[in-house]
Amino acid sequence: MVEEIVHPKDAYLRSDRFPHIWCPGCGLGIVLKSYVDAISKLDIPYNNHVLVSGIGCTARLPGYANVDSYHTTHGRAIPFATGLKIVNPELQVTVISGDGDLFNIGGNHIIHAARRNMDLLVVCVNNFNYGMTGGQHGATTPEGARTSTTPYGNIEHSFNLPYIMSSLGASYVARWTSLHVRQLTRSIMKAMKIRGFSFIEVISPCPPNFGKYNRFSDGLSQMQFFYENSVLDNNADLSEAYIDFTGKRPLIVGEFVHRIRPSYIDLEKELIRKAMEEP
Amino acid sequence: MITIDFDSEKIYKTGRTPINLQNFRKPLGRVHIIAERCKECGYCWTYCPKEVLEKSDYVNKNGYHPPRVKKGRENDCVACGMCEAICPDFAIFVEEIKNE
Amino acid sequence: MNKKLIKPGNYFMNGNFACAEGALVAGLNFYAGYPITPSSEIMERLSYRLPQVGGHFIEMEDEIASMAAIIGASNAGAKAMTATSGPGFSLMQENIGLAVITETPVVVVDEMRGGPSTGLPTRVGQGDIMQAMWGTHGDHEAIAYAPSSVQEMFDLTIKAFNTAERYRQPVIVLTDQVIGHMSERLVVRDLSDYEIVERELREYPDPIGKVHDFSRDFVPMVIAGKGFHYNIDSLTHDERGYPSNDPMVEEVMVKHLIEKIRKNEDKIVEYKEYFLDDAEIIIIAYGITARSSIQAVRELREKGIRVGLFRPITIWPIPKKRIMELSERVNAIYVPEINFGQYSHAIREFSKSPVYEIPFPPGKVPDPKRIVRMIEGGS
Ligand SMILES: Cc1ncc(C[n+]2csc(CCOP(=O)(O)OP(=O)(O)O)c2C)c(N)n1
Ligand code: SF4
Ligand code: SF4
Ligand code: SF4
Ligand SMILES: [Mg+2]
Repeated sequence: MVEEIVHPKDAYLRSDRFPHIWCPGCGLGIVLKSYVDAISKLDIPYNNHVLVSGIGCTARLPGYANVDSYHTTHGRAIPFATGLKIVNPELQVTVISGDGDLFNIGGNHIIHAARRNMDLLVVCVNNFNYGMTGGQHGATTPEGARTSTTPYGNIEHSFNLPYIMSSLGASYVARWTSLHVRQLTRSIMKAMKIRGFSFIEVISPCPPNFGKYNRFSDGLSQMQFFYENSVLDNNADLSEAYIDFTGKRPLIVGEFVHRIRPSYIDLEKELIRKAMEEP
Repeated sequence: MITIDFDSEKIYKTGRTPINLQNFRKPLGRVHIIAERCKECGYCWTYCPKEVLEKSDYVNKNGYHPPRVKKGRENDCVACGMCEAICPDFAIFVEEIKNE
Repeated sequence: MNKKLIKPGNYFMNGNFACAEGALVAGLNFYAGYPITPSSEIMERLSYRLPQVGGHFIEMEDEIASMAAIIGASNAGAKAMTATSGPGFSLMQENIGLAVITETPVVVVDEMRGGPSTGLPTRVGQGDIMQAMWGTHGDHEAIAYAPSSVQEMFDLTIKAFNTAERYRQPVIVLTDQVIGHMSERLVVRDLSDYEIVERELREYPDPIGKVHDFSRDFVPMVIAGKGFHYNIDSLTHDERGYPSNDPMVEEVMVKHLIEKIRKNEDKIVEYKEYFLDDAEIIIIAYGITARSSIQAVRELREKGIRVGLFRPITIWPIPKKRIMELSERVNAIYVPEINFGQYSHAIREFSKSPVYEIPFPPGKVPDPKRIVRMIEGGS
């Protein structure tokens, strides 16, 4: 029964680091799969792919992909990626990091990168908490949810990520769950071709933390929740796309925004060209 | 190596059945399991649209039960690739068997 | 040479502009920053000048982002810099550590003003001396240059880039509000006279076969997009760049980071000496305070007191060997600084004779008279 065989995606992985550190049922491996699947299918030269992350369970993802990868400090992946991209616009720079990393400690950076329409793809894996440090509450923790630091239930209002990113002017905004693997892969492929700032939220189970505190006994029960509550609506009113786990609201997923706006790299090229021509 | 990339929605549990189904060649897949990577999350056997997978009684070195193909269902895998796509641990993949 | 670089000649320029022009001569092609007095003129100048030479300028949302962006830029192959002052320098500290652990060459200009906190935005201070060394957490070595003239703002900025590239290390230009804002003569030599160190880049396919080699002080840097597919990590990592929790891995990595600087200390350390031949007393001073001190030396010598000035050009690493030697043949060392005693602590560690502090509160150029009085008074 045990076959000594090589997974076809191993060529895109640092397979010597497997099995990875993620918990059973963690959705991060699925996101990694989608990423490598996307880059294996795209016509972008393989060596141009760069992954950047901050700190957290999600931020460990670049360390498993066999591309140039940068595991930076907590919250700072986006400005780091900004520097990389500006200096070498040939690079396809993708930031994959956690909800806490990108929207709590790094919140200031993501809003400005979107505003600038910086040519980056940012994939935010939203597990509704800080997985790495033991499941504390963060900006995406739904109201009422329990975490290791909201034992009485979360009294804070939570971020609605696609709504924020859309209003900041991102060129591409989508949301999937880790059950929507194929849609996620297609989304990544599409977003990588877009000039400007692309944002994909991936809602993902975190069984030992968010799951445990909120009566999801394992990853599967959280996946089942996604399965039963996800509603595809590409034209959703994003102000209504916030998430709760009561099951009373649909979990809206889809490709919400795809617009053309001059990107930072395009505008900067033009600026430099003009400045260099001046006598 | 894996060539299947047909529109999987057709075959998802919730998908529609084409009326000209008889004109379709039913693909055949062979499932490969890298047992030692598995962490027994159950996603593959839960989301296999043909329900050909189940938890095995083999225990890998980390103490997890990897999946196996159900007895008698060896020819029912349609190589949709869902198990491969959903496995967070790169522990399962399918190979489409060509020219039967 | 790019014809849009500064031309050789004599200029009357302020320190911030001299720093910006020096950076361009050194090959700067990426600047990220956030405005803060008194360093803002550096970024204003570069916002205009960098695009002219085909370089990149970006005003970031804060200093944390600025620091992260220059490290990213350097990992794409650019010579990168940011400039700030105390509050911004504090914000940069975490990512200065990122540059240390990833061995990324970058230049950080910190123009000191009065503190703590927002302090005296428009007035001079020298309170970041220890922060330049120990501001970022964890074990590491620091390199910081202390210009005390507009000329040195130009020359030492070039040198800072060279040192950063050579040692694959963040290098700090630790200056102050007065040096940044004052205008005086700047002599720019023929640009071919300046030593410019270009980064040693790893060629693909990689002869080393792994991203780091901790048995060697320096290996050529790997930059993004060349086909290496390496992991560069802020976590403690092994030579493959893979994170590790193993204390042994930490030991090997940290020792490498520290030793590559310590072993080369003699090559890095620089200082200038004034009237030391017959000196019985030494003043050790840097930045604007060195200028007040040389005035004090002259006045004291007129009074027959044999005083000399020792001016560290590299604040860090501290010129410890020379301080040790000198301290053996003098009676006392005086350390005037615009703070209540920082560098004096480091000097005391290496001095064989007593070290006296001459603290100046932030806000003004140190008054040479006060230095004279303190030394005359004997303590
Ligand atoms: C400056 C700083 N503060 C705090 C931490 C500790 N820390 C590490 S990861 C993390 C939260 C990560 O949460 P998220 O980004 O959602 O990632 P997840 O683990 O959930 O994937 C925190 C608080 C840190 N590494 N650095
Ligand atoms: S703690 Fe949560 S996010 Fe982290 S690996 Fe485990 S399941 Fe994944
Ligand atoms: S490929 Fe996997 S998921 Fe699809 S039918 Fe075969 S076993 Fe089931
Ligand atoms: S999806 Fe993968 S890890 Fe989960 S049970 Fe199946 S083979 Fe094991
Ligand atoms: Mg999280």
